[in-house]
Formats: sequence, C-alpha cells, structure tokens
Amino acid sequence: MEQAKKMNMKEKYNTMTGDLAWDFSYKTEAEIFPLSDFEGIKIEDWSKWQDPFRLTMDAYWKYQGEKERKLYAVIDAFGQNNAHLGVTDARYINALKIFLTAVTPLEYGAHRGFAMTGRAFPGVGAQVASQMQSIDELRHAQTQLHTISQYNKYFDGLHDPFHMFDRTWYLSVPKSYFEDALSAGPFEFITAISFSFEYVLTNLLFMPFMSGAAYNGDMATVNFGFSAQSDESRHMTLGLEVIKFMLEQHPDNLPIIQRWIDKYFWRGYRLLGIVGMMMDYMLPKRVMSWKEGWEMYFEQNGKMLFDDLARYGITMPKFWEQSVEEKEHLTHQLWLTFYSYGHAAAFHTWIPDDSELDWLSEKYPVTFDKYYRPRLVYLREQEKAGKRFYNPSLPQLCQTCQIPMVYTDPKNPTKRVYRETTYKGDKFHFCSDACKEIFEHEPEKMSQAWLPPHQIFQGNCGGATIPDVLKYYHFTENDGGEFLHSRDNANWNMWKGLTPDEEAA
Amino acid sequence: MSEKMVFLALQDNEDARPIREAIEADNPLAVITQFPGVYKIDAPGRLVINRESVEERIGRAWNPQDIHLSLVTLSGNIDETEDYFALERT
Ligand SMILES: [Fe+2]
Ligand SMILES: [Fe+2]
Repeated sequence: MEQAKKMNMKEKYNTMTGDLAWDFSYKTEAEIFPLSDFEGIKIEDWSKWQDPFRLTMDAYWKYQGEKERKLYAVIDAFGQNNAHLGVTDARYINALKIFLTAVTPLEYGAHRGFAMTGRAFPGVGAQVASQMQSIDELRHAQTQLHTISQYNKYFDGLHDPFHMFDRTWYLSVPKSYFEDALSAGPFEFITAISFSFEYVLTNLLFMPFMSGAAYNGDMATVNFGFSAQSDESRHMTLGLEVIKFMLEQHPDNLPIIQRWIDKYFWRGYRLLGIVGMMMDYMLPKRVMSWKEGWEMYFEQNGKMLFDDLARYGITMPKFWEQSVEEKEHLTHQLWLTFYSYGHAAAFHTWIPDDSELDWLSEKYPVTFDKYYRPRLVYLREQEKAGKRFYNPSLPQLCQTCQIPMVYTDPKNPTKRVYRETTYKGDKFHFCSDACKEIFEHEPEKMSQAWLPPHQIFQGNCGGATIPDVLKYYHFTENDGGEFLHSRDNANWNMWKGLTPDEEAA
Repeated sequence: MSEKMVFLALQDNEDARPIREAIEADNPLAVITQFPGVYKIDAPGRLVINRESVEERIGRAWNPQDIHLSLVTLSGNIDETEDYFALERT
C-alpha cells in the first residue's frame, strides 16, 4: 500500500491493470480467446489500449461504494416520506413506467454483454474496462428495480417488468436492439452499446429525461438516474476509446466499423423516438422538445464527435439526414400510435390539454398545427362523447426496428413509408430505407426476429384475441387504456384531495 | 460556432458546487446552462478543472478523479493528471 501511494496516476494505472495480466504457457491465445477474430477486426497490439480515465479497480470500488451509499439513503427516505405524492401529476408516472420497463432489462442486458466482452477481449486494459462496466450495469439494473418496487406499491403497470419485456409488442423495440448487439461478436457489441448508444445517443436518453424527472418532482428517478449517469461518462469515454483503438490498429477495420456505426446509429435513433414521445407528450412540465434535444445533442454535438473521428476516415452515420428530416413528425406519429393501441399497453395515454397543445404548436411550427393538432383535438372530442378511440387490429411492424409501420415520408407527410424485400421466398417489411438496408446486409439473422404480431397470429402468445394476449403479457385490466378513466388517476385524485373535474380541466 | 466545443454536465448539488465555482474561475469562456437538477458547461476548445482551485474552495485535499461522483456527461477528449481534469477538442 505504501508503494501504491507514491506512484503517479499513469504508473498506478499500468501497475494495477496491465500488470495484472499473465502470459499463457500451455494454451494458445486463439484457444483462450476464440471470439476475438471472427468479426474481421484486426488487433496487432493490445498494449496500445489506453484508458483515458486511468481508473484502477481500488479507486473504482471506492467511488462506486460512495455512490451506492448516497443513493440508498435517498431511496429509503423516499419510501418513508411518501415521496411518490411529490410528482407533478399522475400522468408523469406513465413516462416513468416506459422508462423502467424498457430500460431496466437493458441495463441487465448490458451487464451480460460486458461480462462477455471482458472475457472475450485478449487485452487486459479492455478486460478491466469491460469488467467495471459490467458491474456498473448490474448496479443500474438493481437501483432501477428498487425504484420499480417503490412505485409499484402505488401505481399500475410495473408489477412484472421482466416478464413483459420478453413478450410485449412495444418492449420488443429496446429488446431487439440489445439482442441484436448481444448476439453479435464482442467488437460489434461494444461498438453498438459503448459507441453508438452511449457515446453518440445516451445524452438524449438521460439529460432530458433525468432533468424532466427533477422538473416533475420525481426525486427517486433523479437519484437513481444521476447515480447511474455518473458511470456514464466513463462508459462514453470507453465508447470513443474502443473506436479509436480499433481504427488505429489496422486499416481493414474501417469499413467494418463504419457499417456498425451506421447500423446502430439508426437502430438507436429509432429506439430513442420513444424517449422523444415522453419528452413531448408525457412530462407534465416539459424540459425541451425532442426536436431541440436532437438539435443540441445530435446535430451539434454529434457532428463534433464525428469530426473527431474524420482523420480515421469515419464519416457521419449513413441516413443521419433522414433523422433530421423526420424531427418535426416523429413524436406526434408515435404518440398517436400508442394512443390508438392504449388498450394493449402497460401505461396510460391521453390527449394533451390546450396549453400543452399550444406548447407543441410553438415547438413544431412547421408541422403540428397542420398535421397533428386537428387529429388530437378530434380524438379528444371523441373521448368526451364516450367514444375513446382504440385500434382493434394488430399493427404491422418493421422487421428491423420492430416499431409499427407508422412513420411517413417527411417530404410527403401524409403518406406512410413502406419498404419491402424478399428473402428465401418470404416478404419482409420496413419503416425506412435504413431499416431495409440493415436487413439486407444480414438477412439470415434479421429474418429470424421475434415480431410480436406475427407470434400472436402463429398462436404463440396465449390466443388470438386481445384479452388472451394481454393475459399472456401479464397485463391487468388497470394497466393500460385512457388515463382519465384509470385507477391511477382515481387514486391520485383521492390522495391529493382533488375532484376528478379539477384534474380533467 | 465554428469553434470546436467541449462540454460537461454536473449534478446540481452541494458536492458539485465547488467544482462549478472552480470551473467558472479558471475558464472565463465557459458558459453554464442550467437545467432542472443538472447544469451543462460548454467551452470552446478546452475546459479544465484544477485540483488546486477546488481545494482552495473546500479546504481539504481533492483528487480530480472525485469528479466521477458528480459528473453526468461529457463531450471531448480527456486529459487527466494528478493536478487537473480537462476536456479538449482541437
Ligand atoms: Fe447503465
Ligand atoms: Fe424500422
């Protein structure tokens, strides 16, 4: 210990990571690391791996222990003080339900994935970084589960998140993103998760969402969110580092990596549309619009990230322009979809009130009043007349991103985009050129995607009627549907001493 | 805005306040944007947190790696020693 104190940061890092490795005597490297070359990535010298944070395991344990201590003190206080009553209104909880049911299993998936990369990479620096992240992700899954268990005492829809995750139609969107990465090799996994998701896109998941939680009085989420997010800087840095490392190791790596970046940028962007919908429609007090978030974190910052990599030959992800073209449409189309399928979701949907519609008009001046406001107002009138609209059919999903085929062509905003391709005699459908191209590069893999509506029609989901399927999902009659008529809303009004009219007004 | 920017975001709490003050003192070009629960600090080219500046404010030893307890996100290339934590983009 005495000696460790005298070392400077760099020496300490080298001593406590690189020097932890050993040479193999009776097995070859290829036998020990069988997953290290089948993806085509060529690494000449693993010792060139640099961890910019130079975090060693002893410091890691110290900081993580401190984060945990702080977090659990707050979570305990939360339970004791009925802090669930502090949120702005019960509609907000529905954003949280999506976040917790969609993201918590992803944290666990990331834990598994980094355990895999920590074992599969032959370099000790990459092994240590993967090991830390694997433990971080397990911690994130655990803290979010504690938050679920707090809110599950008071609100519907959170009672069986892992069961729902593996079956439910909209949760298959995050699930398929992660499983695409998890079922690839270690280099593709780390590019998908550390670079594309965490380095390029995660700011959009956490910054507006955690800020939104704070703004809406949700202190439990703020605390688990920021506690998890404090690990994120390290993860993002790993994402950048791993890309630079692969690119510096061999010129043959460039086209492989560019293709992964293109693929997971688009898949991640499709996944984040759901976060955009929360930002625009589900936070009673709004922080920024999806459009503003996309401009700040992708168009400005994302561009700079890719400028950093230009000297290696990396370019902006293919189809990024499409994401910018769609930014005035995306969230409105998604919310209308979830509203229409609200009877088959484990969270509530509603039509925004007039001041919220005005906010959307202001944030989306080009599209909202023209295409979306009239539809929302019409649906509200239908609801008031006792005819709350639900779509009784099953949606057709995009084979790649698994989002219902609801997006339109920004150049022709009332026309939906339908792309299709044929593989081994079967026809496959896509929401976009990007999703189609991803499929066509890996048809054997992508054609096997578990698409919930197909599975229902094949008889694998408990039956052919909606009640059968909801039972198979473990949804109860209180989990979905219109917020105004929900048990959550009735309870909320009772707890807060509000009359239903006050709340509806 | 042709200048290359870096940023970091810190949790808006008491632990991070001396770090924020040290950043403000040592980075005259930094611009702070407040969001609920978190603030984002943008700067052109380079943003540095000096150990000494933070120590002056808290009156005890501070390790630049302690930033891990308050950091929410960052953008830029990291340059870190025992004496400072910096983000750069040139
Ligand atoms: Fe995580
Ligand atoms: Fe798609």
